Amino acid sequence: MQYQVLSRRDAETRRKSFLRVFAPPRLTRVLVWLPPLLFLLYFFFYPLTKILSLTFTPAAFTNPGNLSVALNALLFTFYQAALSTILTFLLGLPSAVLFSRFDFRGKSLLRALTAVPFMLPTVVVAAAFNAIFGERGLFLFLSSSIANRQIPFILHPSPFILILMAHVFYNATIVIRIVGNALSRLDPKLEQAARCLGADAFRVWQNVTLPLLRPSLIAAALLVFMFDFTSFGVILLLGGSKFSTLEVEIYVRALKLPNLPLAAMLSVVQLVFTLIFSVLYTRFVNQVATQTAPRFSVSRPPQSLREKAFVIAISLSLIIFFLLPLLSLPLRSLTRLEADRGQRGEIQYGFTADYYKELFINRRGSLFYVPPIEAAKNSLGYAGATVLLALALGYPAAYALAKPTRLEQFLDPLIMLPLGASAVMLGLGFLLSFGRALALPWFVPIAHTLIALPFVIRTLQPALASIPERLRQAAAALGASPFRVWMTVDFPILSRATLSAATFAFTVSLGEFGATLLLNRPEYPTIPIAIQRFLSQPGGLNFGQAMAMATLLMVLTMLSILLIERTRLSDAV
Amino acid sequence: MKRLTFTFLFVALLLASCAPTSTPAPVEPQTVTVVTHDSFAIGEETIKAFEMENNAKVVFLQGGDAGSLLNQAILTKDAPLADVLFGVDNTFLSRALEADIFEPYQSPALADIPDEFKLDPSNRALPVDYGDVCLNYDKKYFSDNNLAVPQSFEDLAKPEYKDLLVVENPATSSPGLAFLLATRAHFGDGYLDYWKSLKENGVVVVDGWETAYYTNFSASSGKGPQPMVVSYASSPAAEVFFASEPMEESPTASIAAEGMCFRQIEFVGVFKNGKNKPLAQKFVDFTLSRKFQEDMPLNMFVYPVNQKAQLPEVFVKYADVVQSPASISADEIAANRDRWIEAWSETMK
Repeated sequence: MQYQVLSRRDAETRRKSFLRVFAPPRLTRVLVWLPPLLFLLYFFFYPLTKILSLTFTPAAFTNPGNLSVALNALLFTFYQAALSTILTFLLGLPSAVLFSRFDFRGKSLLRALTAVPFMLPTVVVAAAFNAIFGERGLFLFLSSSIANRQIPFILHPSPFILILMAHVFYNATIVIRIVGNALSRLDPKLEQAARCLGADAFRVWQNVTLPLLRPSLIAAALLVFMFDFTSFGVILLLGGSKFSTLEVEIYVRALKLPNLPLAAMLSVVQLVFTLIFSVLYTRFVNQVATQTAPRFSVSRPPQSLREKAFVIAISLSLIIFFLLPLLSLPLRSLTRLEADRGQRGEIQYGFTADYYKELFINRRGSLFYVPPIEAAKNSLGYAGATVLLALALGYPAAYALAKPTRLEQFLDPLIMLPLGASAVMLGLGFLLSFGRALALPWFVPIAHTLIALPFVIRTLQPALASIPERLRQAAAALGASPFRVWMTVDFPILSRATLSAATFAFTVSLGEFGATLLLNRPEYPTIPIAIQRFLSQPGGLNFGQAMAMATLLMVLTMLSILLIERTRLSDAV
Repeated sequence: MKRLTFTFLFVALLLASCAPTSTPAPVEPQTVTVVTHDSFAIGEETIKAFEMENNAKVVFLQGGDAGSLLNQAILTKDAPLADVLFGVDNTFLSRALEADIFEPYQSPALADIPDEFKLDPSNRALPVDYGDVCLNYDKKYFSDNNLAVPQSFEDLAKPEYKDLLVVENPATSSPGLAFLLATRAHFGDGYLDYWKSLKENGVVVVDGWETAYYTNFSASSGKGPQPMVVSYASSPAAEVFFASEPMEESPTASIAAEGMCFRQIEFVGVFKNGKNKPLAQKFVDFTLSRKFQEDMPLNMFVYPVNQKAQLPEVFVKYADVVQSPASISADEIAANRDRWIEAWSETMK
C-alpha cells in the first residue's frame, strides 16, 4: 500500500493539479454519467414517481389517523435503529481496536469471519437465528429435553432481541472496517507527543484520538443506522408484522390492510430520511477519505496482562457471536428434531441427510416443485447478469465520482437512494410501469442491479481515486508506454477493486428476495424463493429442506466472500 | 466499455418497450397467464392435459398471499399482468367486484355448481373451490382429561378451557380472519367483548397458520401446549393422508357445531383488460371441470364446487362435514373488514 503514503496536503494539491490537467471536459463528464443516470431514471425514479403520483396526496399528511400511524412507525424505527446502532458499536468498537492495534494468531481469519454476515442473504440469517433460538431451534430442543421447559432467557430471547442481534450480526463489520482503518492510519507520534506532554491515557483518547476519529465514527454510525432504519427482511422474518417499522408499515398498508395513500406517505417520509442520511454520509465519508494519511503499522502482539485479557475476551466473544449462527444452519439441516410430517410413530432423532435427499424428489407431482439444481442455476445466472450490468453502469459513475466536481457532489447521495426506497412501493411501481414485461426473466437482474449499484460504485470509487498521478508520471518518465503504464499501475489496483465490486454484486443478487416478494415466476425459481416456499409449508420435512437450501446458499455466498478476502476489500464500504 | 454499456442499455430499453406488445406466431402454442396466491398448487399432469388439448402454454405467476394478490390486480387493472386470476375469496370478493377487474363469463361448467356458491349473480367471479375454517381439537387430550368438547363460542370462555386455545392473527392470516368473522356473525357488535373474555381466558394469538398448527397445537407433530386450534374442517383428513404409517382414525377432529365454522369460497375470473380472452375462458372452464376439481383436494386441501367431482377417499372418511356455517354477506365483510380487524387488534393489544 505504498501508494497511499501521501500527506494530507499532498493529497489536496494532487487533486487540484489533477483536476486542472486531467479532469475530463464537461461533455465527457456528462457522457460518463449518462448510462448510470438513465438506468436510475428509467428503472428507479420513473416507477417510483408513477406509483407515488397515483397514490400520494399531500392531504394524507393532514389526516390525524395517518399521522399517528406514521409517528408511531417513525418513533419505533428510530428507537430500534438507534438501539441496534449502539449495540453494533458496543461490539464493533472494541473489535476495531483489536484488529487495528494487536497482532495475534488467526487474526485475518477472525476478521474475515466478521465480514461474512454482511453479504449473507436475509433469508439465510433469519433461518440461522431461527435454527438456534427459534421455536424449532437447537437451543429449545436441547433445553426442553433436559429441564422441564424452564428455559433461561438467554437461550430463548424475545423476537425484538433477536432482531437487534441480527442487526449487530449484519453490521458490526461496517464499524470494524471504517473505524478500524481510520485507527490504523492514526499517526502514533501524535499520541506519543501527548503522552510526553503529560496527558494520561484517557486525555489522549479524549483530546487526540477521538477528534481524529470523529469523521470515521460518524460515517460508520450513519451507515449502520441507515441499514437498520430500512431493515425489512430481518424484521419481518424474525419478528413478524407487529414490529411496525416504516418499511414494515408500508408493506402492511400497501398489501395487507390496503391504504395506498398512507403507504405512499410513509414511503415519502422514509425517502426523505434516507436522503438526509445519504447526504450526511457522503459528506463524512469524503472527510475520511481526504484524511488518507500514512498507514502506520501500529499493531503489535499484546504485552501486558490487561492487553492479553482484552484480546482473548474480544476474540472469544466474536467467535461465539459470529460462528454460532453460521455453524448452526448446516448443523440444523443435518439433524432431525421433529416428525417429518404428521407421523406419530417413533421418530428417528439424530443426524440425517434426508433433507438434502428430499430436495431432489418431487413427491406430489406438483407443478410448483423446485429442483434445487435448477434454482441454483437460475440464481447463478441472475447473479452473473447482475455483475455484468452493475459493473458496466458502476464504472462510469465511479470514474466521475473519483474526481468530484459540484455535479458529483449533487449526484453522489442520489446513488444511495435505491437502498432507502421501500421495496414494496418500488415493486408496485414496477408493476404499473412495466406490466407484462416484468414476467420476462431478464427483469430480475435489473431489479438486483438497482440494489447492487451503490455497493459497486462505493467499492470502485476509492480505488479509482487512489491512483496517484505521480505513479503514472513516474512510470512514463521511466519510459513505459501508455499501455504499459495502464497495465502496471492502473490494472493491479483496479482489478482488485473490480473483483471486490463484482463479488458484492454477485452476493447481493444471490440473496435478494425483497424485489421478488411481489411477483415471482414459479418457472424460474431462485434459491431464496425456494427457501421461502419450503418455510411456508408445514411440517418438519419442509423446515429441514429450507435449512438445507439455506445452507447451500450460505456455502455459495461464502465461496464468493473468500474470493474477496483473498484479494482484500477496498477500505470504504 | 462505454459503447458496450450504451448498446446494452439501448437493447434493454428497446426490449422493455416492445415486450408487452409482441404477439406470438400462430403456429406456436398460445399462452394463457394465470396469477394466483402462493398457496396455490396443482398436479403437473393436470395442467399438461389442458396444454395438450388446447395447444396452449399455461404460465403461472404467484403474487404473495390472497390479499396482496388482489391489491396488485386492482392496481394494474388497466394493463393486467395476466389473463386469469385464481384465488380471490369471499372476504375479498366485493372489493374485486367494486374495482371491476373481471369480465362476466357464463361458463357452461356453472351448470354443475350449486347456487349457494354463486355469490356474484353476473358471473364475473366464478366459484372454484371452498373450505370451512373450524376449531380442531386433540382427541387424546380431551379423553385423557375427561373434558367435554366445547360446543359453542360461549363455552370457549369458560374456566375449564383456560389456556387451551391458539388462534391466528386476522390481520396476517386468512383462517384467523375467518374465525374472527364467525365470532362477528354470532355476537354482532358484542364480538369485541367476547374477545376480551377469550383474552382473559388465556387465548394464544400467533401470526400464521403454520405456527399455530405445527408449533402450538398439541395433536400435530410439534406437540405444542394448546389442544385446540383454528384450522380447517379438512385438517383431520390431512393428518391421515400425510401420516407415514397407515392409521385407522385421525388424532384430531373439528368442531362443526352450528355457526362455529366459517366457509371460505374461492373464485376464479377472466381479466376485463386481459389479452387472450378466448383461451382464458377455456382455462376457467377447465378449472371447473371434473379433472381439475378432483385434483384440487389433495393439492390444496379444499373441496370441489363441482357436484360431479368425486372426493378422495380420505376426505370422505376423515373430513368433517359442516352443515351450517356462519353466515355473513360478502358486502358486509367488504365494508367492515379493515375496521373490524383494527378494532380487534386494539382489543387484543
